[in-house]
Amino acid sequence: MNPKKQYSQIKAMMAMTRASFTSLLRSPSAVVFTIAFPLVFIVVFGFLSNNSLKLDVALIPGSDTSEVFLSKLSTIPGLQLHQQETSQSIEEKLKRGEYEAALFIHPKSEAPLIFELQLSEASMQKAQAFKLMMQSMVNEMNLELNGISEKKVLLNSRQVSGKAFKTIDFILPGQLGFSLLGTGVFGTAFVFFNLRQTLVVKRFFVTPVKRPYIILSEAFSRASFAMAGSLLLLLIGYFAFGFTLANGVFTVIQLLVLSLLGLLTFMGFGFIVSGLAKSESSIPPLANIITLPQFLLAGTFFPISAFPEWLQPLCKILPLTYLNDAYRKIAFDGNNLTDVSTEIGILLLWGLLVHAIAVKVFKWE
Amino acid sequence: MTQKETVIRVTDLVKNYGSFQAVKGISFSVMQGEIFGLLGPNGAGKTTTLEIIETLRSKTAGEVEVLGLNIDRHADELKKRIGVQLQAAGYYPGLKLDELLLLFGGLFNVEVDIQALLARVGLTEKRKAYYKQLSGGQKQRFSLATTLINTPEVIFMDEPTTGLDPQARRNIWNLIKEIREEGCSIILTTHYMEEAEQLCDRVAIIDHGKIIACNRPSVLIDDLLQSGFKKEAFIKPANLEDVFLQLTGEQWRDN
Repeated sequence: MNPKKQYSQIKAMMAMTRASFTSLLRSPSAVVFTIAFPLVFIVVFGFLSNNSLKLDVALIPGSDTSEVFLSKLSTIPGLQLHQQETSQSIEEKLKRGEYEAALFIHPKSEAPLIFELQLSEASMQKAQAFKLMMQSMVNEMNLELNGISEKKVLLNSRQVSGKAFKTIDFILPGQLGFSLLGTGVFGTAFVFFNLRQTLVVKRFFVTPVKRPYIILSEAFSRASFAMAGSLLLLLIGYFAFGFTLANGVFTVIQLLVLSLLGLLTFMGFGFIVSGLAKSESSIPPLANIITLPQFLLAGTFFPISAFPEWLQPLCKILPLTYLNDAYRKIAFDGNNLTDVSTEIGILLLWGLLVHAIAVKVFKWE
Repeated sequence: MTQKETVIRVTDLVKNYGSFQAVKGISFSVMQGEIFGLLGPNGAGKTTTLEIIETLRSKTAGEVEVLGLNIDRHADELKKRIGVQLQAAGYYPGLKLDELLLLFGGLFNVEVDIQALLARVGLTEKRKAYYKQLSGGQKQRFSLATTLINTPEVIFMDEPTTGLDPQARRNIWNLIKEIREEGCSIILTTHYMEEAEQLCDRVAIIDHGKIIACNRPSVLIDDLLQSGFKKEAFIKPANLEDVFLQLTGEQWRDN
């Protein structure tokens, strides 16, 4: 009866991809997890992005405030000198570590000239740094006052990397990974669980489309959505916060390729969760078991080296660690995809592993 | 009347779930242009039987042919030519009716005249509504619209009117009759006897996985009367549903 026309699975898949993409755009949780949350972190850390040393030091009342001392002090980099503060309030702030130190300059009556320092135990590192700076200032003043201009010992130093590694350069790659983890694990788990539970896939089964194309369509739409999210985060990072893109557009393209790889890996976790979950409410705990450790330990917010040594081996098996590392190497160091083949290889291994498990536990009905 | 061809032929169908026999060797045929009803209490095996014929479920034993195609060997070909209304289907979340129809058009590789299709099931104004915003009757009508997308030769409907009010139910009946007028064959399940009597050309009554009667409704009734059956109470020539529909009108209510 019907004219024999070749049925195209691709055509069916495209229709499902479009449907899924439309649905994603209308889904608040997808937009929140992929774009809004990471963006909040980027904005917060982007504005915090002053990673030079900042020293808060109070000048104790009664100090000699002659211009000659104040101008000397102002040569100390990052020093914020707080004057007009009562002794009591200085004391409290020292205890809380709000001030690194308090400085008293004895009013000049006779030699020697005395600078008196109180260092905050609550902010010991910065306090020690300040003490060293004061020490060197005092040394110089001594030489000057003794009329010694010829120096017998010199210290030369130079800065290595020419580029400044800004907070955003650390945070943004982590947020790209976080965004993919969210859409990949949570998004995929919920969508397949719900499509199964609400019999949407059952309805698909009585159309000529084949099952792998249903999965492919979901992967395509999620990938497009996540890539658009990654691109948006990169652009905002670049234009608003000066995120370093070592080789410009070429870097962006390579970062997006990494994003795609990361997403496909994380989607495998999502399939596993959707298969294991007995009810909708068991999805978040299951998904959190996968996402939370990575969120915290994979170098998303803090470098892995900041963790205690016993924890670091755990950090170094998480897939997100390698995605984040690869992002940073490409974005900041200007590496190419081929230079991060170790990271990519480990991600691929993870991908193979989780998809192999997913095939076993995935449920259609 | 010309000799009608058989569109569905079920022979000795068996379905086991573990040690439980849900369908115990049933056979029946559906003719072209017929509305065929599978009747029976809940759990009798109606849905299982229907879903096996639709290629949704595997069978344990027996033969099923639809449109001359064996369902084991030609499931893919078959899916293009049949339309299925599931008992409780879900639709892709977050999509409007027109988008859903477009999706199904893609799934069947057919161009969809969305306007015409929605008009046919009386949902023209709901084009931009979401599925979950529809009333029970509207959901069933929309579901029917998705079933019609590929202009199927056979339509399967699993309890198309369960849970609907009398107006919505009559409305669905009219739609089903219209579809049949166009030459489509329909097999449906129901546990409403008045629905079967009004709608079906022939019915098979299934209980405990077996067909215990299969014929035209009027023949089944005559047979029962001939066996000496008498209803205990005199039946008035109208019933409460007639009163209800007289008072409230037969046109469908949407809200």
